[in-house]
Formats: sequence, C-alpha cells, structure tokens
Amino acid sequence: MIGNLLGVLFDGIAYGSLLFLISIGLSVTMGLMNFVNLAHGAFAMLGGYVCVSLMTRLGVPFLAALPVAFVATALVGMVLERLLYQRLYRASHLDQVLFSIGLTFMAIAAATFVFGPTQQPVSLPEFLRGQVQVLGLDLGAYRLFLIAVVIAITLALGYLIERTRFGAQIRAAVDNPQASAGLGINVNRVFALTFALGSGLAGLGGALGIDVLGLDPTFPIKYMVYFLLVVAVGGAGTIQGPLVAALLLGVFDVAGKYYVPEIGAFVIYALMVVLLILFPAGLYGRRA
Amino acid sequence: MMGDKVTTLLKQTHVQPATLRRLLHDRWQALEVVFWLLPLAAFFLFPDYLVLGSQILIVGLFAVSLDLILGYAGIVSLGHAAFFGIGAYTAGLLAVQGWGEPLSGLLAGGALAALVGYAVSFLVVRGGDLSRLMVTLGIGLMLYEAANKAAFITGGVDGLSGVEMWKLLGLFEFDLYGKTAYLYSLAVLFGCFVMLRRLVNSPFGLSLRGLREGPKRMPAIGAPVRRRQVAIFTVSAAVAGIAGALLAQTTQFVGLDVLGFPRSAELLIMLVLGGAGRLYGALVGAAVFMLAQDYLAGLNPAYWQFWIGLLLVVIVLFARGGIMGGLEVLYARLGRKAK
Repeated sequence: MIGNLLGVLFDGIAYGSLLFLISIGLSVTMGLMNFVNLAHGAFAMLGGYVCVSLMTRLGVPFLAALPVAFVATALVGMVLERLLYQRLYRASHLDQVLFSIGLTFMAIAAATFVFGPTQQPVSLPEFLRGQVQVLGLDLGAYRLFLIAVVIAITLALGYLIERTRFGAQIRAAVDNPQASAGLGINVNRVFALTFALGSGLAGLGGALGIDVLGLDPTFPIKYMVYFLLVVAVGGAGTIQGPLVAALLLGVFDVAGKYYVPEIGAFVIYALMVVLLILFPAGLYGRRA
Repeated sequence: MMGDKVTTLLKQTHVQPATLRRLLHDRWQALEVVFWLLPLAAFFLFPDYLVLGSQILIVGLFAVSLDLILGYAGIVSLGHAAFFGIGAYTAGLLAVQGWGEPLSGLLAGGALAALVGYAVSFLVVRGGDLSRLMVTLGIGLMLYEAANKAAFITGGVDGLSGVEMWKLLGLFEFDLYGKTAYLYSLAVLFGCFVMLRRLVNSPFGLSLRGLREGPKRMPAIGAPVRRRQVAIFTVSAAVAGIAGALLAQTTQFVGLDVLGFPRSAELLIMLVLGGAGRLYGALVGAAVFMLAQDYLAGLNPAYWQFWIGLLLVVIVLFARGGIMGGLEVLYARLGRKAK
C-alpha cells in the first residue's frame, strides 16, 4: 500500500515536472507580456513532431533530437512573436484568446495534414527503458530521467533569471516595462528572446513528453487546460509558483486517475475551480 | 444583394455608436422586418435544406446568448456550451423519460440552465478576464466529464437516443423533412430575439454597455456592477439552455459534443465573425459560419479547421468588428461621400 502510494507520487511528480517544463514559457508570456496564449500547446506539439521526424526519418538518436527540438521551436516562436504576437500585446484579452485559438486550429490542421491523425510512436534508447531499483522501489527509468532533466533546467532557469544581466532585464521588464525602457533596456528584444526561450522549453517538453503525454494533432487542445491551469494556479510571471502548481496538479491528476478512475479527469477540473476560487491571483499571486 | 440589405438595415437600426447618444427606443425598422422575412422566404425557396436551416437558427440563438454577455457586458466565456448542453440534456431526458411535450421541455431546459448559470455567475464575475476564462473553461469541462461518466443517464459517448417528441401544440408532428422543426426553431428564435432586443435597448442594456466600456466608472455613478453582471449572465445561460433544448427536440438526439470545448470555441468564432455587441451580428455570423462549414467541411474536415483558424487570426489582426462592423465602416464612408 505504501509502495503503491509512493509509486503514484513518483509518477505524479514526473508528470508534474513535464507540465512545468511546458508551462513555464506560458507563465512568462502571461506574466511578462500579459498575453493569454492558448496556442502554447501548439509549440509543445511542434517540438514533439520535430523530435519524432528527426528520429524516424533521419535516424537521429533521441538525446540528440531533443536539443534540435528546443532550437527549432524557439526559432519558430521568435518568428511568430516578431510577425504576429507583438501586434497584440496591447489588445484586449478577448482578441488574444481568439487569435491564439485561431493559431491552434491552424496548427492542428497542419499537423493532421503532414503527419496524419494517428498517435506518433517514439522509440526510447535502451538505457531509458524499463525499471530501475531505487531504495527497494521499482521506478520507471524514463520518468527518473525526466525528473532529472527538469531539475537541471529549473536550476539553469533560476540562475538565468536571478544571476545574469539578461535575467535582471527580464525581471525589470516584468515589473515595469515603461521604466525599463526608460533605463535603456530594449524591452522588445527582451520580449522576443523570452518568448523564444519559453517556446523552446515548450518544444523540449513536448519532445520529452511523447512517451508520457502522447503525440497527435489534438495535443494542443487536449492539454491546453493543464498548461493554463499551471499558470493560473501558480500565478503568472514567477518560477516557483508554476513549479508548485505543476507538481500539485501532476500528483492529483495521477492519483485521481489511479484511485478513482470512474470520475477520471473530474478531480483535476474540480481542483482547478476550487483553487481559482480560493486564490484568484494564484498561489504565489502577483499578476494573473 | 444580401450585403446591401444589411447595410441599409444598419442605417436604420440604432446599433451605430453615434446613435447611442440619443435616447434609446426600440421601434422596429423596415429593414429589420426584411431581415426576418429572409428565413421565412428560405423555408419556401430551399425545402431541401430545412435541416441545415434549423441548425443555423438554433446556433444563431446560441450565438445571441453569448453576445449578451460578451458583446454587451464584456464578460469573456470559454465554456458557454455548458448551458447549451444543460438545456439539451434536460429536454432530451424529459422526452426519454416520457414527457415529450415540446414547449414545456423548452422552458425546463431554459430554467435549469438559468439556475446553473445563476449559481455559476458568482464565480465568474468576481475575477478578471483570465480567471473568467479559466472558470468558464473549467466548468464547461467539468460538465463534459460529468455527462461522459454518467453514461447510465446520458448515454455517454454514444449519445442520448430515443428522444420521442409529442406533437407541437398538439397539432403539428415533427416530420422527416424538418418542416415543423424549422418553423418551430424560427418561432422560438424570433420570440427570444424580440425579448432580448427589448432588453438590450432598455436602460438596463445601456448600463451593461457602460460596464463594458468603463468598468471602473460605473460604480462611481452608482451602478450595482456585480448585480448587473449576475443578471445578464443568468439571462444568457437561460437563452443558451433554450437553444440547447431546441436542438435536442428538433434532432431528437443529444450527443456529448453539445457540451464540448469545440462548441464553445466555434461559438466565439461565429460571434466575432458576425460582429459582437449587435445581436444581428451573432445571427449573421452563425449563418455565414454554418453555411461555410457545410460547404467546406464537405470538401475536407481538416482543411476546414485550418481556414477557420486563419480567418480568426485575420479578423483579430485586421478586421475588428467582423462582418457587421465592416459594413458599418463601409456605410459611414459612403455616408460621408454622399454629403
């Protein structure tokens, strides 16, 4: 029973860290640019497809395909930001929602056209398959790998935001874009780079998540709620908020599906509404 | 042409911002009458398309319900299908359980949706745009999951079949060609529209527009913001419920998709396509959307989704106000030239 519980907890944490990796970009877009981007899942999907295509068509190994997925998605994100997104920073939330739903629909149709409507398979390298014995517990090797990657990325992100000049610029731009611009910070450039970074991380998350979340053209809509939820509950514009929210969400979702499968996804939606009522501005609320 | 009619229609109705300064009145204009004669003419001109026709009328009513909260009161919702679905399941289940009287089923659907809408509205109106989006989305998804899991009542993914409707008013049977369904839908749509048109042209409707334009200033002139928002949200939920009940009764089937997120998203698209905040925009948007969907989705469903996405992006970036907004601008330009 205890082992069982720990197993669920472990799976939930692995799932949650994946959600965190994908959603952190969305948190930045909402916190920094105040932009409600429902198309964020489409970037994750793009990363997944880049990874799968590289592996199946060009025979690139999984670990080598991951950075490419990151870079490719980041580039696409940057181009879209410069061409389209930046026009809507000052628009109403409704316009942003409609615009990003439009982008999502286009992404879904394009993915169906290019890759077909079926689930994409991913063949993990040998050392990431199967189970690993840790302290008498059988843990999925791939899930351990996932958690390790996300910890590494979170630390790197923390360093980037807290310790570097660029991180200081991001924080300044979040707090007050006008004053930052007045101090000579190129806010537009910070926006573009941050958006690219966020999209890239989503792409990486999508590629890493094929084995856990699956990959088919409905991906952006299927998981949209989860990404939004992480940000809405965690509060936009921070790192620790979405992290806690994603882990909570992952654990509750896995536990709900494991212990009470008959009510399924209901747990997560109920949790969301309750949390939003209790914490309208998010757990670590600054701006939501 | 249709376009000319609508342009002149706009000229004569009081939906233009400029005329808002004048006292509100709700006299019917000649071209509004013409607009409403169109669906009646379609009944005689296209007898083979009555099923599609009643779908358009029903979805039009649904779009009008969203227009009330989004176009007039400025409340964003991503889960309006929840109320549509409540109405549909209420009417459908009543009929399955042996009460197939259409009008009372319709009212029951509307009443239950209004009740749920009233309860939910308190959660919705308290937050900002983002939390409104999330709460409406969450409630929509919760209801979808509930209907999905409660398959023993709702039929789950297979849908609710065996909806047997009695004769409308005890006189008209729902026929295979959809004649009764079409006229029934048209009558309900028109009846609701007349009431809502009166509502939005009342001082209450004007205060809603005030809330949309200046949410911070309205309390300063003593308007009870929350109460107004709760009221309009409840009315909107009721209308959505009536539309859902209408769909269940005329198609004699309730699918799980009545509650789905795509339905809420498409509804937003229709409203934006037609132009929000005008009532007629919702109807025009629904008609154009449904006709285009019928034609394009027949060619290829995946392409259809691509084009609708592109359309949405283009509308947001370049054509704010949709079809009716565009016609207004066009009319304003023509008017200036004429002077």
